Amino acid sequence: MARVVAVPGLWLALDIIVCVKYVPDVSSAELKVDSSGRDIDRRGLSYDINEWDDYALEAALMLREKHGGSVTAVSIGGEEADRILRRCLAKGADKAVRIGDPRINLYDPFTVAKVLSAAARKMPFDLILTGVQANDDGYAITGPAIAQHLNLPHATLAKKIEILDGRAVVNRELEGGVEEVVELDLPAVITVQTGIVELRYVSVLGIRMAMRREVRVMSLDDLGLSLEEVGEPWILVEELYAPRVERRVEYVRGSPEEVASKIIEVLRGRGLL
Amino acid sequence: MGEVIVLAEHRGGEAREITLEALAAGRKIAERTGLKVAALVLGSVVERVAEQLSEYCDTVLLTEDERLAQYHSENYQRVISHIVRERRPRVLIMGHTSLGMDLAPRLAVELGFPLITDCIDVEFADGRIYATRQMYGGKLNARVSARRAEGYIVTVRAGAFRPGKAAGRGVVARVAPPDLVGEARMRVKGVVAPAESGVSIESADVIVAVGRGIGEKINIPLAEELARLLGGVVACSRPIVDKGWLPPDRQVGSSGKTVKPKLYIALGISGAFQHIMGMMNSQLIIAVNKDPNAPIFNVAHYGVVDDLFKITPALIKKIKEVKGMK
Ligand SMILES: Cc1cc2nc3c(=O)[nH]c(=O)nc-3n(C[C@H](O)[C@H](O)[C@H](O)COP(=O)(O)OP(=O)(O)OC[C@H]3O[C@@H](n4cnc5c(N)ncnc54)[C@H](O)[C@@H]3O)c2cc1C
Ligand SMILES: Nc1ncnc2c1ncn2[C@@H]1O[C@H](COP(=O)(O)O)[C@@H](O)[C@H]1O
Repeated sequence: MARVVAVPGLWLALDIIVCVKYVPDVSSAELKVDSSGRDIDRRGLSYDINEWDDYALEAALMLREKHGGSVTAVSIGGEEADRILRRCLAKGADKAVRIGDPRINLYDPFTVAKVLSAAARKMPFDLILTGVQANDDGYAITGPAIAQHLNLPHATLAKKIEILDGRAVVNRELEGGVEEVVELDLPAVITVQTGIVELRYVSVLGIRMAMRREVRVMSLDDLGLSLEEVGEPWILVEELYAPRVERRVEYVRGSPEEVASKIIEVLRGRGLL
Repeated sequence: MGEVIVLAEHRGGEAREITLEALAAGRKIAERTGLKVAALVLGSVVERVAEQLSEYCDTVLLTEDERLAQYHSENYQRVISHIVRERRPRVLIMGHTSLGMDLAPRLAVELGFPLITDCIDVEFADGRIYATRQMYGGKLNARVSARRAEGYIVTVRAGAFRPGKAAGRGVVARVAPPDLVGEARMRVKGVVAPAESGVSIESADVIVAVGRGIGEKINIPLAEELARLLGGVVACSRPIVDKGWLPPDRQVGSSGKTVKPKLYIALGISGAFQHIMGMMNSQLIIAVNKDPNAPIFNVAHYGVVDDLFKITPALIKKIKEVKGMK
């Protein structure tokens, strides 16, 4: 695992693992709770790579372009997650690994972190990148939890990553847009914030080409992880429900012209027009 | 008997608001369980913070060491896990801040304490933690439970708990830090202030803010025209800055600016909590979003459930008419 020898000035090829999650698009979908009362009804939802992970992948590809090495995208999930792994390949990832094992509780970030750590032990790496958080659960737990399992230094909320003399120099985003600069010995774990680099588009041709590339599928047995070691989930959703908020909002209805007239009335009433 | 320990965050010798809120969460747990509430203050010269916090809890644990002068994840983790092992609190509470997000998950794994993040409510029942938090972009609430363990960690969302002083004054107890020797694998190099491009959205009376719903960069002039007619400026949610469509100083929210204009028009913004935090105190909020369940309608005074590309041009046209422009 620990492969980096920090010799000042020495050129260093970086092997990077990027953790990517297959998530439903929640921003414009109408969400319903399913019959279990603990999960959303997933019928009819569209899925994609978690936005934060898309930026993590892009940051990894740029580091590889600069320093050489490799990028491996890893996802825990069912076959459907192959779609985002192929997209990672189309964007330029060297390898894609899916840990597909129905016994893994994907809803518990502590389980996910444990399994991803076991996967990382199976492949050489200098850097592990995750997203700051997943857009569906929003826990923001997995990345630093992996760092603790692997006993590696870490930094969260990265807005910039540079590799200098075998170390990672990371700008961490604090409140109000202030950034803190930290330096980490490699290997290390970094969680990536959106906007770290510009996302590139993937061509349809690129995606089609990637359809033929291999996604390596591994089970818990392949990782040498027993069910006992994975253990029980640490946290669990007991109930999911629409928030009971008292909305003060007054809806303005009608044709666009009618809506515009009503808004103008409101603005005039307040001396804003 | 046992304890709830709240990790204090402070700046310039003063506790941050989130810490007073986290202490309120701690006291909520304490009222039902008889647990005591302690604030843990780490820093170099931070007695003033300890004094201040003594009004909000039973005990203030004060650990001073030069190497704790600024947040350093490894040192903080070592000190906190040492203190937790000595005092064996049932619950450790932090803010869901850049510090809490950085520190809590590692501590959780190290200590074997289940962690629930970004909580808006907490409850301690039959020896376990239950928390309420938002999921799926703020559209649904979840009640989350933690597996039975010796202790638990929760991080709380800013603004979710109302600070209040305790009945009596707490005692300040100095706690010696453990050995901080051992080689640090991370070093803090400094702080960089955000770049400013010139337009100050904080001083504007009228803000027209665009979110991902604006679709393309070429549509931003539509919002600019509306802003100009109202004598205001254009601001935005985070994805617009991430894409490079507007400069960072136009971003409203927890990692951007906090604004309180007389009028805030949100076009195609879902209303994620990090955005709401930066604009919820605006005097008049009008939201246009085609999703009737968008959380932005939880804070808006007037809501339009429709396509912003229909509403905005109609509004521009009507304002021009009213102003006698053609
Ligand atoms: C640590 C951290 C800090 C953050 N800081 C900030 C911050 O400071 N500021 C911030 O804004 N975010 C911040 N975020 C990101 C935040 O969580 C959300 O991802 C972001 O606010 C979403 O932006 P949005 O509403 O524009 O996009 P989305 O959530 O994608 O919403 C787009 C909305 O547009 C609507 N829409 C689409 N098309 C149309 C149309 N034609 N007409 C009308 N409506 C339409 C959709 O229904 C949807 O509601 C932060 C996140 C993290 C983790
Ligand atoms: N099932 C998964 N497969 C791969 N990576 C994941 C998975 N779940 C979470 N992650 C990673 O962990 C990050 C944070 O997720 P979370 O802790 O759930 O908010 C995500 O941005 C991903 O990088």
